[in-house]
Amino acid sequence: MSAPGFTSLKTSLGHSLNSTPNGGAAPPYQNGPGGQTYPSTYPLTGYYGAGPQQQGNPTIPGQCAPAPQKAPITNNDHSAYCHQQLLQPTAAPTVAPSAYGATQGSHPPSLPYGTPTTLPTSAAPPNSQHAPSFQQPAPYAQPGAYYGQQQYPTSQTQHHPQQPNLVLAPHTSPGAPLYPIVSYPSVPGSSQYGTLRSSQAPTGPAAVPNLMGAPLHQYAPGNDTSHPASTAVVPPGYSMAPPGQPATVNGQGNAVQAPVLQHYDQSHQAPMTHDHYRGGVTHNTGGADRDMPPLGIPSTSVNSSPGHQQGGDSSSTTTGSASPVPNSYDSLEGGSYPEFSNPPSADMPNQPVYQQRPVSRTDSSPSHGGYNQTGYQHLPQPFPNMSQLSAALGGLSGVPELEVEALRPVNLLQERNLLPHQPLDAPEPNLSADLKKANCSPDTFRCTLTNIPQTQALLNKARLPLGLLLHPFRDLAQLPVITSNTIVRCRSCRTYINPFVSFLDQRRWKCNLCYRVNDVPDEFMYNPVTRSYGEPHKRPEVQNSTVEFIASSDYMLRPPQPAVYLFVLDVSHNAVEGGYLNVFCHTLLENLDKMPGDTRTRVGFITFNSTIHFYNLHESLSQPQMLVVSDIDDIFIPTHDSLLVNLKESRALVRVLLTSLHSMFSQTRETHSALGPALQAAYKLMSPTGGRVSVFQTQLPTLGPGLLQSREDPNQRSSTKGVQHLGPATDFYKKLALDCSGQQIGVDLFLLSSQYSDLASLACMSKFSAGSIFYYPSLHHVHNPAQLDKFQKDLERYLTRKIGFEAVMRIRCTKGLSIHTFHGNFFVRSTDLLSLANINPDSGFAVQMSIEESLADTSLACFQSALLYTSSKGKRRIRVHTLCLPVVSQLSDVYAGADVQAITCLLANMAIDRSISSSLSDARDALMNAVVDSLSAYKNTVSNIQQSGLIAPAALCLFPLYVLALLKQKALRMGTSTKLDERVFAMCEFKSQPLQQIMRAVHPDLYRLDTMSDQGALHLNDCIVPQPHLLHLTAEKLTREGAFLMDCGSVFYLWIGKCCNDVFIRDVLGCPNHASIPPSMTQIPELETPLSERLRALLAWLQDSRPFSSTLHVVKDDATAKTSFFQHLVEDRSESALSYYEFLLHIQQQMSK
Amino acid sequence: MAFTFAAFCYMLTLVLCAALIFFVIWQIIAFDELCTDFKNPIDQSNPTRARERILNIERICNLLRKLVVPEYSIHGLFCLMFMCAGEWVTLGLNIPLLFYHLWRFFHRPADGSEVMYDPVSVMNADILNYCQKESWCKLGFYLLSFFYYLYSMVYGLTLFCSPQIFGWRDKHRRTS
Repeated sequence: MSAPGFTSLKTSLGHSLNSTPNGGAAPPYQNGPGGQTYPSTYPLTGYYGAGPQQQGNPTIPGQCAPAPQKAPITNNDHSAYCHQQLLQPTAAPTVAPSAYGATQGSHPPSLPYGTPTTLPTSAAPPNSQHAPSFQQPAPYAQPGAYYGQQQYPTSQTQHHPQQPNLVLAPHTSPGAPLYPIVSYPSVPGSSQYGTLRSSQAPTGPAAVPNLMGAPLHQYAPGNDTSHPASTAVVPPGYSMAPPGQPATVNGQGNAVQAPVLQHYDQSHQAPMTHDHYRGGVTHNTGGADRDMPPLGIPSTSVNSSPGHQQGGDSSSTTTGSASPVPNSYDSLEGGSYPEFSNPPSADMPNQPVYQQRPVSRTDSSPSHGGYNQTGYQHLPQPFPNMSQLSAALGGLSGVPELEVEALRPVNLLQERNLLPHQPLDAPEPNLSADLKKANCSPDTFRCTLTNIPQTQALLNKARLPLGLLLHPFRDLAQLPVITSNTIVRCRSCRTYINPFVSFLDQRRWKCNLCYRVNDVPDEFMYNPVTRSYGEPHKRPEVQNSTVEFIASSDYMLRPPQPAVYLFVLDVSHNAVEGGYLNVFCHTLLENLDKMPGDTRTRVGFITFNSTIHFYNLHESLSQPQMLVVSDIDDIFIPTHDSLLVNLKESRALVRVLLTSLHSMFSQTRETHSALGPALQAAYKLMSPTGGRVSVFQTQLPTLGPGLLQSREDPNQRSSTKGVQHLGPATDFYKKLALDCSGQQIGVDLFLLSSQYSDLASLACMSKFSAGSIFYYPSLHHVHNPAQLDKFQKDLERYLTRKIGFEAVMRIRCTKGLSIHTFHGNFFVRSTDLLSLANINPDSGFAVQMSIEESLADTSLACFQSALLYTSSKGKRRIRVHTLCLPVVSQLSDVYAGADVQAITCLLANMAIDRSISSSLSDARDALMNAVVDSLSAYKNTVSNIQQSGLIAPAALCLFPLYVLALLKQKALRMGTSTKLDERVFAMCEFKSQPLQQIMRAVHPDLYRLDTMSDQGALHLNDCIVPQPHLLHLTAEKLTREGAFLMDCGSVFYLWIGKCCNDVFIRDVLGCPNHASIPPSMTQIPELETPLSERLRALLAWLQDSRPFSSTLHVVKDDATAKTSFFQHLVEDRSESALSYYEFLLHIQQQMSK
Repeated sequence: MAFTFAAFCYMLTLVLCAALIFFVIWQIIAFDELCTDFKNPIDQSNPTRARERILNIERICNLLRKLVVPEYSIHGLFCLMFMCAGEWVTLGLNIPLLFYHLWRFFHRPADGSEVMYDPVSVMNADILNYCQKESWCKLGFYLLSFFYYLYSMVYGLTLFCSPQIFGWRDKHRRTS
């Protein structure tokens, strides 16, 4: 049942693809009604069958067989659609609405369907047609027993069967899942129209998997309920729509996607054939059948059915218990599954692997469909308004199972195995399935409390921090890009139109943040998918919670800047001796053409030791010309042209320079470093354009303005009294950063120093200019090749990753909520506006919020982040994410919705601020108090259990563990020897990393490898990726016989026990026994043994989900490297910190005070 | 009472208090300016405005910072003078603010080279709100104390002048 939910994800894809699955499932049941639908689908399957993934469904063929017979009216159209979809992908890239129109034009059948206005009328005819077929299905009712008979009558009588269907569906669903009937067709179309594939650089495989997986997970429960609905839903009106949908699919997906989708469906089915799947299918099919007849739209039904199947699959993997969705809600909204499915479809191929992963962009689109449909189909009913929404939500509030589970009291002192088997997912907000599907992916946008308390008083009672964690510029596999002359925004608060606004009628919409009623501009009334007017709710902006707009010239006062990259390189003796220069030059040479940019891209180089060297790279020169400025106290630019040159025109010179740079300085004896003047020169050089400055520094700056003294006292490294010098020693770098920020220059710092370099001061140059900071403490080409290797890989990613220039980000939230503190690298330009000279896909942000006015009059709180930036291609773009969360009035609900990972990350950010503004011990106390306060508040208010012990709600049961882990981090630990620079760097990481990265660093994942089996393994392409269970981070879990993998985010440790099976060592490491393992092994040989393949597949799979490559260390039981491994076992006692159990006792003691 | 040192103190503080009030009013205006960004949201997000805006914030913060030490030292001077004059009640009224100033001045970010009003953090809404509230409270306090000083000065001077101008009344009082 839950499966359907998943299916909904895919449904969008599905429309074309799905047809096959539906057909498969449905055929048996649907003799009459199905027939129409089948035919349409059938052809599709045939096409695909040829395609890659036939494996899928044996069932399909069988199903298909019946279909042809029935093939009624729609069949032809469908087939046409299918074709179109396939073709469209190619056209799609163009994105422009015009293109879309053209595509539609090509499909004659679509046109009839497309017109929304005709819906009522058109709907009627289909119904009539269906009626006969419908009747036939009735016998089937058994499978579909769920479907109330009522539905049929209603459907028949009414043109729009949907509503009745919806109502019934929920009833029918026996267990948890309700099947809201969803009408989707409109959705896909909308997406199609505007959406292009994001131009962004390919995110890499990792991103895709995430997306894919996420939808599955999250939605699974939600989907269950809604899912069936979606399948069933197909309203007659939509029948026309279906064509549009497929079209949308195409539009969304790039050309690639469309084919992929097909594959996906099939492939999915194949692996999925699980029992669940079947069960799901049958239900679905039943639903489909029933729905179909009433609806009279065969094509739509077909699509939906596939979706169901998928859902079934997903459900099988996930255990999500669906929270029952109120019927009323569904009926009101109509299922929007199909829409949903569209985005996922692109991702689908990968899904199998990633199923476990939460999040995915795809989510965003789906829910909308419901709105659209209702509005669309029933002209009188049109748009669900707020009251309807809230009514629906009210229905939801009846303590769904998830919530009960989240509130289950856990005695922390007794329950020792708290960790889930798989990495923790973000909790799902308790929203209706439609909204859930439309919601922003938790990878992008996450709130510490997924149930927003109604008042500040309630929040204070809960003693939990309220805030958001954002990863706004994340690499996305698929992103709807909208080109439109007018970007629809609220007139008073300037919110971008989003899936959570309500349409009062066709011409007006109500802002979900400030509640102002706005007019819908004429242009927005046009829905390219259906080529008709009057469907504003089907536009991609309203279908997807993550969209990107191409901004018009209104959003720029000057022409968008070109991509400008300036490299500032330390060439003192220290730097050259370490060998970074060579690596840098090679890496840059290799990636010169891969750096994001267009024909205007410019590059420049400055090197410095005790003097500043500029390089004239003008194309007319035969060889680079070096200009030396030795007046470092009053730096000036020797020549104003040709220091920053067009990369395209001067590529040859740049290459010459990069190949000769290392040898030019290989004999240098200069040990001084004039970093300050070099930065000033960089600032002057870049001022006219803005851009990115990459600074490579290997020692403490010793000359000119900005010189620093060593402040670290090595004897204080393990002091327990507090740590000094966490703040900057001079404001030179901060002022410089502000100047840079004002000129749209972002400064990225690579610190490659093995000695103290006062990162606390140097980091300011990046912190306030929205740069990033990299630190390689022991980089040396001879002594530490592993780190050099990592540096090279990171540099590669750094050079080739996407970049946005002259960006600003604004975060808006529902009236009553206000943002009061920001965390991350940026300059706060006004109370809700962040100025980001550069934006990169690897930086995350956190904000703290307070509730200024009661939210009692609303049931939903929304947050919108809008990032306006100039792409490397010189386009002004706006990326908008919208998150919607329910508002609750009960304290228990607040606890039930707590997102422990997000809370931990936000607390980490707050603690770091505190340690700089006050002191480290203060910050540690505050962290400890956060646990004590929240647990005692829970104990006193919510928990009725009068038992001794430390009680925490299940949602927060990992909270003490994570806080303990935080306290043992380099950034916040005391009493353990920690270099000041490493500590400061860890702090910078906390402030600027996205949530997943932080969590992996705080609480690494530990797996046992030697006993792992293929049970529950993911099948990705040809690889089998085992999914070993997570282990607690304690030496107790380590055994001498075992081999363990610890995933710390940037580092993997492979720990080999002393008595580890020789077979394992031989198969994986290629060494005969434990003693012969080399002491510093950083790679796993590529052996042809199954074990080795499994392990490498696992490592590759883990690696896929992160932007920067991680290094691997093989740790022998007796090696000295053990300490670096054991310091991550946070549950154990260390020389200066408590063990987990002691920590719990300590908390209990504090609570009883 | 004669034209005592106390009366002189009050006269001086009256003038300086007026200066403090102007300081605080200026602060309030400055914070208000920080709060209100460009009216047109399109302008706000325009890169060419960024420079202007950042310069503006830096300028305001610099001015604010320049006023901190004068304000605190003037207030410190009050307390010193009242202590010398033995005006214990007045001193008592000012002591809390003196301690607040001392705390604010020394309880600044560890290692921070700037006292407060750091341009990179001042725009965080919680800091800005705190600063605004602080300056409104100070405005109230300075206004009230201005009138209190005025009253005290007049009272002191009245006693001083009474023998000459209102001598008969004094005599009358004495007799009665």
